[in-house]
Amino acid sequence: MSGDGVDTSKRRFLIAATTVVGGVGAVYTAVPFLASWLPSERAKAAGAPVEADISKLEAGQMIRVQWRGKPVWMVRRTEEMLAALPTLDDRLRDPESLEPQQPSYCQNEVRSIKPEILVLVGICTHLGCSPGFVPEALPQPYDADWKGGFFCPCHGSKFDLAGRVFKGVPAPINLEVPPHKYVSDTLVLVGVGEDEGAA
Amino acid sequence: MGMLVSLRDWIDARFPLTSMWEEHLSKYYAPKNFNFWYFFGSLALLVLVIQIITGIFLTMNYKPDASQAFASVEYIMRDVEWGWLIRYMHSTGASAFFIVVYLHMFRGMLYGSYKGPRELIWLFGMMIYLALMAEAFFGYLLPWGQMSFWGAQVIVSLFGAIPGIGDSLSLWIRGDYVISDVTLNRFFALHVIAVPLVLLVLVVMHILALHEVGSNNPDGVEIKKNKDENGIPKDGIPFHPYYTVKDIVGVVVFLMFFSFVLFFVPEGGGYFLEAPNFEPADPLKTPAHIAPVWYFTPYYAMLRAITFDIGPLSSKFLGVIVMGAAVVILFFLPWLDRSLVKSIRYRGPVFKTMLALFVLAFAVLGYLGTQAPTDTKTMLAQVGTAVYFAFFLLMPIYTKIDPTKPVPDRVTMGGGH
Amino acid sequence: MKKQLLAFLMLVAPAVGLASSGEVHLDKANIDPTNQESLQLGAKTFVNYCLGCHSAKFQRYNRLARDIGLSEDDVMQNLMFTGEKIGDHMDTAMTRGDAKNWFGAPPPDLTLVARVRGVDWLYTYLRSFYRDDSRPFGVNNVVFPNVGMPNVLWALQGEQVPVYKTETDDDGHEHKVLEGVELEEAGVQTPPDFDRTVRDLVNFLAYMGEPIKQQRKALGLKVLLFLLVFFVVAYLLKKEYWKDVH
Repeated sequence: MSGDGVDTSKRRFLIAATTVVGGVGAVYTAVPFLASWLPSERAKAAGAPVEADISKLEAGQMIRVQWRGKPVWMVRRTEEMLAALPTLDDRLRDPESLEPQQPSYCQNEVRSIKPEILVLVGICTHLGCSPGFVPEALPQPYDADWKGGFFCPCHGSKFDLAGRVFKGVPAPINLEVPPHKYVSDTLVLVGVGEDEGAA
Repeated sequence: MGMLVSLRDWIDARFPLTSMWEEHLSKYYAPKNFNFWYFFGSLALLVLVIQIITGIFLTMNYKPDASQAFASVEYIMRDVEWGWLIRYMHSTGASAFFIVVYLHMFRGMLYGSYKGPRELIWLFGMMIYLALMAEAFFGYLLPWGQMSFWGAQVIVSLFGAIPGIGDSLSLWIRGDYVISDVTLNRFFALHVIAVPLVLLVLVVMHILALHEVGSNNPDGVEIKKNKDENGIPKDGIPFHPYYTVKDIVGVVVFLMFFSFVLFFVPEGGGYFLEAPNFEPADPLKTPAHIAPVWYFTPYYAMLRAITFDIGPLSSKFLGVIVMGAAVVILFFLPWLDRSLVKSIRYRGPVFKTMLALFVLAFAVLGYLGTQAPTDTKTMLAQVGTAVYFAFFLLMPIYTKIDPTKPVPDRVTMGGGH
Repeated sequence: MKKQLLAFLMLVAPAVGLASSGEVHLDKANIDPTNQESLQLGAKTFVNYCLGCHSAKFQRYNRLARDIGLSEDDVMQNLMFTGEKIGDHMDTAMTRGDAKNWFGAPPPDLTLVARVRGVDWLYTYLRSFYRDDSRPFGVNNVVFPNVGMPNVLWALQGEQVPVYKTETDDDGHEHKVLEGVELEEAGVQTPPDFDRTVRDLVNFLAYMGEPIKQQRKALGLKVLLFLLVFFVVAYLLKKEYWKDVH
């Protein structure tokens, strides 16, 4: 029924044009479906910054708050605890916190804004268990020379009182320091950084 | 390019890819005189795909629990990125499905597409229609609005009208003493997976049955009766590229109407998304007017039109019977139609009048089904029901006596007379 | 005063609810969903007069900020009074237990009321309260007979009283039928100002019912234009191939 007189180049052009327009339409249609997987307003609201009151936090103690479903620890470190930190450097994987596990304003010896207040996300960087708080500088079964820190019961990972990971344990990197800032001397807002906006 | 050819050959040695492509597309010869009425089959397939994809994405955020369902729909509308678009696509698609399917069925009635040897295509199609109605009914409960709840309550209680087993049957369907969370959960399972699977299987059977026999056309001429020296019907053209290219245009025009509704009037004047359904279901408060969604209203009008008992049979039960019969009788169309002529183009004035009356009755019944009953409206519904059934029950007689015109050997292009 | 009364009666008389029929004439709300100032005023009225008893539990405060041209600070300072967070839903402080005790039934959530009732109904309803000493809160409503809600806006509107007319039915019995209402005691707002307040409130309720509405329409226009382009190209392709078919 066709045969001679078929303008093949015109057909090729029109097929290409229709395919391109149709393809554009298909992509624009796919975008909303894929985007629907992004965090919803409910997830974003639940993930909003959380305030923690550290006015009652005593020296050597830890409090826990929840931010984005994760445990966040706040420890008031003593002078002895802070003094012990540099002595551990050669036993640690990343003593200078070169891995991006903390905001820039916490990339220091003590991994915090105020030296005495440590803020950490309490999730082991190995496989996600929550380590225990072992602040006393007493010998432990897993470390005869324990100067205080966090011990993860799942696979034996150890972190010091700045959340830095020891060598020779399964966890590869230091505990995460979440973005946070001091609204006042006793009120910490977790989830918003001093330099950035909300996390 | 050569790589693609080798890949294709590798597949063909293991799977009938090219042979299926040829049998159903590039060498499926369809009559060349398809008109406007022949768009709706491919459009129905498109809407099915739209409903499945949007349905899947809705299921990702919807909660099938009576205490959470309504809120989860608002969550989708407000909190999920683009959730509102997916929701409106699905609600518009539901109504679009019935518009397209009704027009598709009407094409069959216009051109006698249900007549032999195509009876099985029609039967599969009718099963698809039943499955579609079930799918819509189960789906409508899910938003858990006032109309969802009370519509389901009314329809399930219709089963209670069946003598003897009625109440037990209603209880079994609901899984509880009233429509409840139990009912919602099972309707969710049926709507999301069971009926869609049934629909997909039936659609495949429907198309296979069609391709086995070959398509009808507006002249009702069997194109396989006139083949050329290569065995190809003289009035046939390969479905691909001619009808793929034409159906793309049909799809685009359809999407224009679909998008207009979706983006500008998604509530469809209160017919596609019903106002009472923006209120959460309240088992203690019945809405002033309970009506099914527009695509069920013709049958609802018939149900309510039966206001009299016959002996021990209650009017409620008789209404259910009549309503059911109205759908079932469609199955028998291929055998009720005794005319030797397929297409309305060559039928006589009796059939044309009866078909026109049928359409009018269906439309009027549809309108009456949305209204609160009054004496006049009930009488009108009774007349409409009588006309509806007369179209079928008298068909063996009037199709035999109707004077017909001679049917040509070859198809006519552009309408023919 | 008399002129105002008369004018008001004329305005409201068509909104009569004849006891026998179910049809009440509804005034046109004439809202402008694109008027952000109207939406902001409506939000203020809603928070001050409605949120005490009704929740809007599907509407988040931070979305208000985004959609009606307010900053999050504006919202926190002026629209949030009970220490919620900006991402929270607009909930009411009244518990369901208290609501049941005080009102018999908990006041319904209002997030979607505009989609259920329609804007004209809401606009007319909120202006159609009248004094009725037989009711628990001393008011009844032309549009919603025996409603359980008090007239929270009475200070702004003033007090209306019912106007009855006598009708004789087919049996020869006479009965009183509500013809309309008239303003008896003025409130702090003149009737046109009060109408504007209610219009803004209804505009806000309509917004809350479907916050995405304006963006939906804007996108729709783009989609239709795209489909027009697609149609042209697809149609040319079809016509080209169908040259083969005779």
